[in-house]
Amino acid sequence: MKRATTDSWVVRYLLIGFMLAFILIFLVFPVCVILIEALRRGLAFYFSALSAKHSISAIRMTLTVAAIVVPLNTIFGVCAAWAITHFKFPGKSLLISLIEIPLWVSPVVGGLVFALIFGRQGWLGTWLETHQIQILFALPGIVLATAFVTFPFVARGLIPLMQAQGSAEEEAALTLGANGWQLFWRVTFPKIKWGVLYGMILCNARAMGEFGAVSVVAGSVDDKMTMPLQIENYYQALGPGGLPRAFALASILLLLSVITLAIKIGLEWRSLAPHTVRPIKPVSPH
Amino acid sequence: MNAASTLPPKGYSLAPVEPASAQPRIKRRKHILPGFHLTLGYTLIYLSAIVLLPLLALLLKTVTPTADYPDIKQVVGHVFEVATDARSLDSYKLSFGISFAAALLNGVFGFIAAWTLIRYQFPGKKLIDALVDLPFAMPTSVAGLALCQIFSTHGGYLGGPLHDWFGWRIAYTSWGILIALTFIGFPFVVRTLQPVLSELPAEVEEAAACLGANRWQTFRRVIFPAVSPALLTGVMLAFGRGVGEYGSVVFISSMIPYLTEITPQLIIIKLEENDYIGAAGLGLVMLIMSFIIVVTVNTIQYFASRRGRNI
Repeated sequence: MKRATTDSWVVRYLLIGFMLAFILIFLVFPVCVILIEALRRGLAFYFSALSAKHSISAIRMTLTVAAIVVPLNTIFGVCAAWAITHFKFPGKSLLISLIEIPLWVSPVVGGLVFALIFGRQGWLGTWLETHQIQILFALPGIVLATAFVTFPFVARGLIPLMQAQGSAEEEAALTLGANGWQLFWRVTFPKIKWGVLYGMILCNARAMGEFGAVSVVAGSVDDKMTMPLQIENYYQALGPGGLPRAFALASILLLLSVITLAIKIGLEWRSLAPHTVRPIKPVSPH
Repeated sequence: MNAASTLPPKGYSLAPVEPASAQPRIKRRKHILPGFHLTLGYTLIYLSAIVLLPLLALLLKTVTPTADYPDIKQVVGHVFEVATDARSLDSYKLSFGISFAAALLNGVFGFIAAWTLIRYQFPGKKLIDALVDLPFAMPTSVAGLALCQIFSTHGGYLGGPLHDWFGWRIAYTSWGILIALTFIGFPFVVRTLQPVLSELPAEVEEAAACLGANRWQTFRRVIFPAVSPALLTGVMLAFGRGVGEYGSVVFISSMIPYLTEITPQLIIIKLEENDYIGAAGLGLVMLIMSFIIVVTVNTIQYFASRRGRNI
């Protein structure tokens, strides 16, 4: 029997076919292209491309940046979520909006703001120059720009999660004599650990893959480049070995994003991350 | 009555009438759980350091005199000049125009994808649903590199044949940018529509069918109006993402001034030319644009939720 809420099979097959074609051409095909291009000259070539001096330094730079930024933003996210969900204070909704600013701003603007502070003509430019402190075109600048872009990821997932959990259990622990530290590690943290992990994974993926913001502050110093920048650098270099190296490096980032996606889906499917953390409804564009 | 006489004299504190020491035993603690000052303080300090002060630095840069522009009028004049010169205007046209076109395309493709994923059963559905998130997870530079290799005129997987058979050029033209921005924005529409489509009650469609509507009429008159706020929100989010996108476009666009140069690229060029004030001016334009998009999205959501209550 045909129900009132179903479409005819023609419409159904047409739409499914159209959707599959779109996803195969635009989403799956690019992934395959990266793998094919990276591996088609053989594994030996692939590993030699990866072990090129600039590839190694780029991988090291990206890992260093992520290792600094992800913990920083995680601590911030937990603090912000704790303050916002457990206490009443004026300006709370303003604070939530302010935390989300980096999601709305173009990543290039995210890099620009730091260039305007630390650049040669920036606010602190002359002072930094006289004191021989290098921030732009070096690790600190890349860390700051990455921290800006990935700023809200952990907080944004944790706030709805902790709001849904309420503070009754924490208050109970308090009446039983727990101090603040015990309260957090014994009561709150076990409840939110998957949410924290979820935010950290999203934050890490973005931190390692960020291009726009970092390209403003990193300039074109070869050994101060992250992986995405080095990919572009190889791509623009016209000499032989440029493009294969770009694809080899891109395959590493691709692997990373596939792992990220797998962990994320795993967390969602097993609903270890509670429903509220699911990114079903993205509320901002970046 | 003389109002002035009821007010305390100047310098007299209005606040505690009783001595403060008499209070603490009966005063309720405002916050039960510990850590309010610590966590809020850290939140505010970190927020200011990473986001607020840097943005303030950008705003102040557009009004602060420098050696080249010693007068505030000259600074603002230069900001205005850069923000409205022909090259910038062409870059806005390109950035906003193509982002808008890509967002509309995503509106159509995203709607179809969300509809099929929610309404129909087919093998591999869960996998396809997971793949939708790929543009979120994939670094933009990787996406740009792959799309360029696909659509390049010389030896591209699709771009080569398209060029040889039809004479189409996709990479290094506006079409390439359109494809990159469509890729980037696709998940926004799908992920915004999915929850709304799945919560749509079957009863309204059954009622429409009982009243004699055919499937197309039901869709156009019943389903579409109900999901249009979510669709519009998704399209706006994809648009906002497209306007700010840089990483993937850099690979697939030739960045020719006036033709294929997007606004973020122009900001970087201004910085490289050491025109910090001009770069700040363009940054301000993009900030204003983001602000308009935020306000639009929130307005749509506000009216949608209000309409939902009235039903």
